[in-house]
Amino acid sequence: MSILVGKETRVLIQGLGSAGKFHTGTMLEYGTRVVAAVSPGKGGTAWEKVPLFDSVHQAVRATGADASCIFVPAPGAADAVLEAFEAGVRVIVCITEGIPTLDMLKVKNVLAGSSAVLIGPNCPGIITPGECKIGIMPAAIHKPGRIGVLSRSGTLTYEAVDQLTRLGLGQSTCIGLGGDPIKGLDFIEGLSLFEKDPGTNGVVLIGEIGGAAEEAAAEYARKNMTKPVVAFIAGRTAPPGRRMGHAGAIIAGGKGTAAEKVAALKACGVRVAESPADIGQQMVEALKAR
Amino acid sequence: MKIHEFQAKEILARYGVRVPRGKVARAPEEAAAAAKELGGEVVVKAQVHAGGRGKAGGVKKAGSPAEAGKIAGGLLGKPLVTHQSGPRGQMVRALLVEETLPVARELYLGMVIDRETARVTIIASGEGGMEIEELARTRPEKILKAPVHPVSGFMPSQGRRLAFEMGLGKEQAEKFTAFLSGMYRAFVELDASLVEINPLVLTQAGEVVALDAKLNFDDNALFRHPEVEALRDVEQEDPAEVEAGKHELSYVRLDGNIGCMVNGAGLAMATMDIIKLFGGEPANFLDVGGRTDAARVKKAFQIILSDPNVRAILVNIFGGIVKCDVIAQGVVDAVSEMGLKVPLVVRLQGTRVDIGQEILKKSKLDIIPAETMREAAEAVVAASRR
Repeated sequence: MSILVGKETRVLIQGLGSAGKFHTGTMLEYGTRVVAAVSPGKGGTAWEKVPLFDSVHQAVRATGADASCIFVPAPGAADAVLEAFEAGVRVIVCITEGIPTLDMLKVKNVLAGSSAVLIGPNCPGIITPGECKIGIMPAAIHKPGRIGVLSRSGTLTYEAVDQLTRLGLGQSTCIGLGGDPIKGLDFIEGLSLFEKDPGTNGVVLIGEIGGAAEEAAAEYARKNMTKPVVAFIAGRTAPPGRRMGHAGAIIAGGKGTAAEKVAALKACGVRVAESPADIGQQMVEALKAR
Repeated sequence: MKIHEFQAKEILARYGVRVPRGKVARAPEEAAAAAKELGGEVVVKAQVHAGGRGKAGGVKKAGSPAEAGKIAGGLLGKPLVTHQSGPRGQMVRALLVEETLPVARELYLGMVIDRETARVTIIASGEGGMEIEELARTRPEKILKAPVHPVSGFMPSQGRRLAFEMGLGKEQAEKFTAFLSGMYRAFVELDASLVEINPLVLTQAGEVVALDAKLNFDDNALFRHPEVEALRDVEQEDPAEVEAGKHELSYVRLDGNIGCMVNGAGLAMATMDIIKLFGGEPANFLDVGGRTDAARVKKAFQIILSDPNVRAILVNIFGGIVKCDVIAQGVVDAVSEMGLKVPLVVRLQGTRVDIGQEILKKSKLDIIPAETMREAAEAVVAASRR
C-alpha cells in the first residue's frame, strides 16, 4: 500500500527539455507508467516510445493519464500546472524551481477547494518504491516498505531515506513537498493520508526554518496521529533574518525558528532527531517503543 | 532584491502614493543645492540597504542649505553601521534630501505575502513610531491585518475598515484608501515581496504621506522586470555573495572557520547544524544547486577560500540531479590548480557515487574521505583544530 501514486498511476510529462528527458528516462527505467508527454507542436510523434501530444487535454483524453510531472521552466510553470488542473489531472507534481511567488499565489487560489493534489513546486517529487517514481530523486536509495516520508527539502530527504534503507526500514511513499513559500500539498495533508494508509507504520517529517507549517503539523499529529512521527528541523544554526537559498528558509519577525519548531513538535509527542545523522535511528526507536 | 529608499519612493509615487518632495545628492554641494530648492529646512537621509539608519546617525535634520552640505560631507563616502548592516557597515554613496513635514500622527503600514493563507496581506497599525516587531509581541491586538483576494484585488472597503479602526476621519480614510490602492498595484505589477512604510504620516494639513519606504522584490520574478533589475546596487551587497550569485551558487558568509559546500539548501543547513553539534563553527552556507558542473565547483572553492577565516572545508554531496563523478572531478581540478592549504573532507552519496570515489582515489590528493554525514562532520571539526 502507499499514498497518492502506485503501480496503476498513469503519468504524463510536461516540459520535455534536456532535464525533462533525462529524468523521464530514469522514471521509465524504474518502471513508472509514463503514458504521454506534452510538447506543443509535436503532437502525433513520439519520444523513446512515449507518445507526444500538443496539449494536456489531448494527452489525458487519449491515454487516461491521471498524474503529471512538470519540468516546464519557471516563466511558464504556473501555466503548466493550471493546464494540468483544467484537464482533470488528479496528482500534479511540479519539479520546477524559481517560480515567481505571485504566480504560485494565483495557482494556489485556483486549486483551493478542488480535489486535485499539487506536489511542489521546487521539489524532488513523489515515489512509491518499487511501483512508481515521479520526479528526480535517486531511485537506488529507496526500498519498498512501511515508512512514509514528508519533507520540505530535496537532498536532505535523500539523506533521511538512505538512513532508513540502511537500517532496513523500507518506505511506503516519500514526498518532497518543496521549499517555496507557497506550495501545494502540506505536512498536515500528507500526515492525514499516511494515517489512513494501512501500508504505513510511521512517518518521517523533515522541516526547516521559516513559516509555521511544522508547528501546525505538530498540533495535527497530537490530535490525529496514532502512528509514530519522527521529525528533523534543518537550520538550527542559521543566523536569523538571513536568506538561505530557499525562499522558504526566511525567518520573519522571530517566527518559525528551529528552536520554536522543535519545542512545538516535542510538546505534541513527536520525536525530534537532534542530529541529521540520527533521523533513521530515531524511527527505529520510535517503532520499538510501541 | 532590495533597493534604496529614494528608488522605492520614485516607484511608489508613479503609482499615486504621496511621498515628500526630495532630491538625491551624491556630493555635499548637491545636498546644499537640494536643500535650497526645498526651502532651506530639510532632512538628510543616508541611502543604504539596511534598516536602523536613524539610530545609527544616518538621518539628520538641517536648518539651512549650508548645514545640509555639512551633514552630507559627514555621511558621504563613509560606511554607516546600523544594527542590520553587520559590523563593517554599508557604504553611503547617495543621500536623499527631503522637505520636512509638520507631522500630526505616525502610523505603520506594510504589505507582504502570507504563505499560510496565500494572500497578499496588508499589515497596519495606528501605533506608529514604535518598533513594530516589539508591538506585535507585546500588544498583538494593535496590529491590523487585511488579506487581499487575488480575484478582487484590493477593495476600498478594506482601506476604510483599517483607517477607521486606526481612528482616522472620513477624509483621511479616503486618502489612506487611495494610498493603499496604489501601493497594492505597485506590489502585484512589479512582483514585490515586501512594501513597508514606517512611518506613514498624517500631516497637519491632513495629507497621508510615506515618510520612509522600503520595497523588496521577488528574485524569481526579476526576469520579467528588467527595469527593476536595473535598480540593483551591488555595492550594498556582500561581494562574495554577489560573485556566487553570478555563478548560480547560493552563498551566505558566516562567522565560523569551517567552509561548507553542499547541494540543496536543506542539506546545507543540516550540514551546518551537525558541524555545530560536534563543536565546530560553519564559515558559510553554500548550496551548489542542481545543475552543477566542474567549473562551478571550482568557483565554489574559490569563493569559500576567499574567506580568510576558513581552516577546513567539508564537501557534502547527496547526488540526485547532481552527479557525484562531476563533483569529484570539479574537486580534483580545483584542488590541483589552487593548491589547497587547508584540510578537505569529502563525503559523496547518491547518483554515480562509485565513479566519484574512484576519481578522488586516483587523484592521490590529500582528501579525507567520509562515508556518512556523522563521520564527515567529526572529521572536519577535528581537522579545523589541527
